[in-house]
Amino acid sequence: MSAVEQDVKTIPPAGRATGRTLRPRRLARFVPGWRGTLSVVAFFVLWDLLVRWELGGFAHISSPLAVATAFVEGYLTSADYWMSWWASFQRVLYGFVAAQLLGIPLGLLLGTRPLLNGLFYPVIELLRPIPPLAWVPLSILFWPTTELSIIFITFIGAFFIIVINVHDSVRSIKKEHLWLAQSMGASPLLIFRRIIIPSVIPSIAVGMTLGIAVTWNVVIAAEMIASDSGLGRLTWEGYVSSTGPVVIIGMISIGLAGYLSTLVVDIVEKKMMPWRKGH
Amino acid sequence: MKDLLTSKRFWLMWAGYALFMLMWYGSTNWLPIAAFNRLPGPIEVITEWVNPDPFYGISIFTAPYYTHILYSVARATTAFLLAVALGVPLGILMGWSTRFNEYASGLFGLLRPIPPLAWVPVAILLFAQPEAAVVFVTFLVAFFATTMNTFVGVRSIDKDYFRAAECLGSSPTQVLRHVIIPGALPHIFTGLQIAMGAAWFSLAAGEMIAAQYGLGFLVFESYNLIQFPTIVIGMATLGLAGYISSALIRVVGKRLMQWREQALGMEG
Amino acid sequence: MNAGLAQRNPEASSTRGVMAERPDVGKLSVRNVGKIYDPEGAAVVAVEDCDVEVEAGDFVAIVGPSGCGKSTLMNAIAGFDTITSGEIMLDGVPLASPQLAPRPGPDRVVVFQHGALFPWKTVLENVTYGPMVQGKLSADEARIKAMGLLGECGGLDRVADTYPPQLSSGMQRRVEIVRALMNDPSILLLDEPFRAMDTVSKTTMHRHLLQMYRLCRRTIIFITHDLEEAVFLADKVMIMTSRPGTMKKSLDITLPRPRATDMLTSEEFRELKLQLSATVHEEAKKAFVRGEREQA
Repeated sequence: MSAVEQDVKTIPPAGRATGRTLRPRRLARFVPGWRGTLSVVAFFVLWDLLVRWELGGFAHISSPLAVATAFVEGYLTSADYWMSWWASFQRVLYGFVAAQLLGIPLGLLLGTRPLLNGLFYPVIELLRPIPPLAWVPLSILFWPTTELSIIFITFIGAFFIIVINVHDSVRSIKKEHLWLAQSMGASPLLIFRRIIIPSVIPSIAVGMTLGIAVTWNVVIAAEMIASDSGLGRLTWEGYVSSTGPVVIIGMISIGLAGYLSTLVVDIVEKKMMPWRKGH
Repeated sequence: MKDLLTSKRFWLMWAGYALFMLMWYGSTNWLPIAAFNRLPGPIEVITEWVNPDPFYGISIFTAPYYTHILYSVARATTAFLLAVALGVPLGILMGWSTRFNEYASGLFGLLRPIPPLAWVPVAILLFAQPEAAVVFVTFLVAFFATTMNTFVGVRSIDKDYFRAAECLGSSPTQVLRHVIIPGALPHIFTGLQIAMGAAWFSLAAGEMIAAQYGLGFLVFESYNLIQFPTIVIGMATLGLAGYISSALIRVVGKRLMQWREQALGMEG
Repeated sequence: MNAGLAQRNPEASSTRGVMAERPDVGKLSVRNVGKIYDPEGAAVVAVEDCDVEVEAGDFVAIVGPSGCGKSTLMNAIAGFDTITSGEIMLDGVPLASPQLAPRPGPDRVVVFQHGALFPWKTVLENVTYGPMVQGKLSADEARIKAMGLLGECGGLDRVADTYPPQLSSGMQRRVEIVRALMNDPSILLLDEPFRAMDTVSKTTMHRHLLQMYRLCRRTIIFITHDLEEAVFLADKVMIMTSRPGTMKKSLDITLPRPRATDMLTSEEFRELKLQLSATVHEEAKKAFVRGEREQA
């Protein structure tokens, strides 16, 4: 499993050992009760106090109020700031979509063709543990523009996750379903359309949820390392030019951007799985 | 062993690796496309990697190679152990006490959407030195993965187990020891696997951005110094390190969860 | 525990042998118990005016349709859930009332419908769990007692070191019964424990349960919706009806103990079964009419 901070994987239950299996849940959407709100408030108060007292490294950090003021005065209406959003979003979008477009068919192919699976799945297993960011130099070497190389790295981040998710779910389709279809005289094409595709949709959804989180992570790092635009760059430049508020404005913007794209992925998933309405 | 040598899987796997190498070699050496020709080929990489006298200074026979590995492994281990030490108890507490969970989930909801690597600049400012910042960012990803999976693990324990334990006269601490911890263990270990993967991901990125040693640094530095085969050596070593560390966690998990191994074995 | 009395052959011992003496503890009184679920203001009456009197050492079966409140009653006795009216007493000591916070304990051990052996503990560890955590027995004492009881229950001592998921569901359920008996409970509560089993396994389970009942006699509350099972196992069958769940009728089972499988074909057994089945149908019809009226 690659780098994700919000992935909660499904585990096969041993007997009734682990209870029911769990679908990875979007734990990002907690409903904050008063206790949750209280802890958030406490967080901001603590942050402010630590900055005021200049405790250790907090001497270099801006207070929440300073960040808010800087944001309203210098960024809210700044075209450059919103261009950074746009730049990062574009990269995420291209990389993510490319990963789905290539990864889903590849996962299906490897899952349904034992020969191809035996040949190429080990290669995928071999390449998967390499952290996506380690591809940065080769990517820069290979692609003519920085933009393309960042998109490529983003692609890598989401690609392996989706391939493996789709592959595993094809292989775990109940044999009974396939036998049933075969005994009823369904053609291979029909089996593919009516049984295989619907059974992998949930795992595509899982792959997308995990993928989008990784994608943001990768884009941010890649922008810090090798780009001159985007939210990652904005944050990094804030650090380099020692403008304290920018570092935190950048961070919050990135968090928000990531959260928004998770919401979009959620909507897409719901569209893909109308039978999961109540979920 | 005999089974392995006669199994189709085994041979297909090696055929796949060979094919991959051939495609790599072919694309870098034969394809008339400049983009591919710029990349280092497999022969270059391997001869450099096992060269007692490497052209670019990094191979399995040189001390700096191991220095980089040691730095990365030390950082990953520190971050991972910290994450486990804090994340597992926190996750259990969140799963155990609804009230505590309400407090904690407010903060988690606030901080979790921020990709860990976005913390790098703040972390450098906070800790005043890149070393601690890199470890912190690595810790952060591993911590979230561990906590969340532990929490879900506790929550997914069938409530009949709690009831049975109470019926049999367990005190709350006995419930914790005999039901919650073993019951959540499969999820905890999944969490640890994810945490380890995520830790290496962040570590590589953090080292590229802000460190002086380590495999991520090596990869990026080799690019800057135009030592292309070394880039691939660094990448491969990173992959290897990530793979070995998750294999280690798997082994420990199997040891601790023999009941599960046996049960899964039964299902075939 | 007089486990040593039994012969090794379970086949023989369940048919013949001496019934254990009636225990001194385990007299259960359920008086006017009611339970109203009120999660969102819409009060749902699950149980109303429920009365049950069980003598120490009796085997009582409670039958009734799904959703009639059998489990609610069971949870109240076990101490998993509160009641909103009435009182439950065990040997004259109040167990549950609207003022009393529910508390499960080793005097009332439950055998769960879906089974709740800890899959991460071996059979022996599961069985010795109760007395060990309560500090009642040392590890050695617990092991000896456990091996004795496991042996009596169809040779389960042979699987003492395996993990439960490897056993058949019938064996798992037997281990769970032994785990409960290890605590010398005043009452053993069985919540449809053989529900998902085929007829053959069920018959085996009945034999083992009767054998354990004969050896270590306890008050047993056995919930089921299998009428034949109820008649074969119990001293008294209580019939619960739905809307709201309450105890309407009961039937004394006069079959002699120890019970044996050949009684299943006896005239007396058939007579009792018919009688029970007629009562259940009659009550179900009444409940249905009440339900219709409610809807109208």
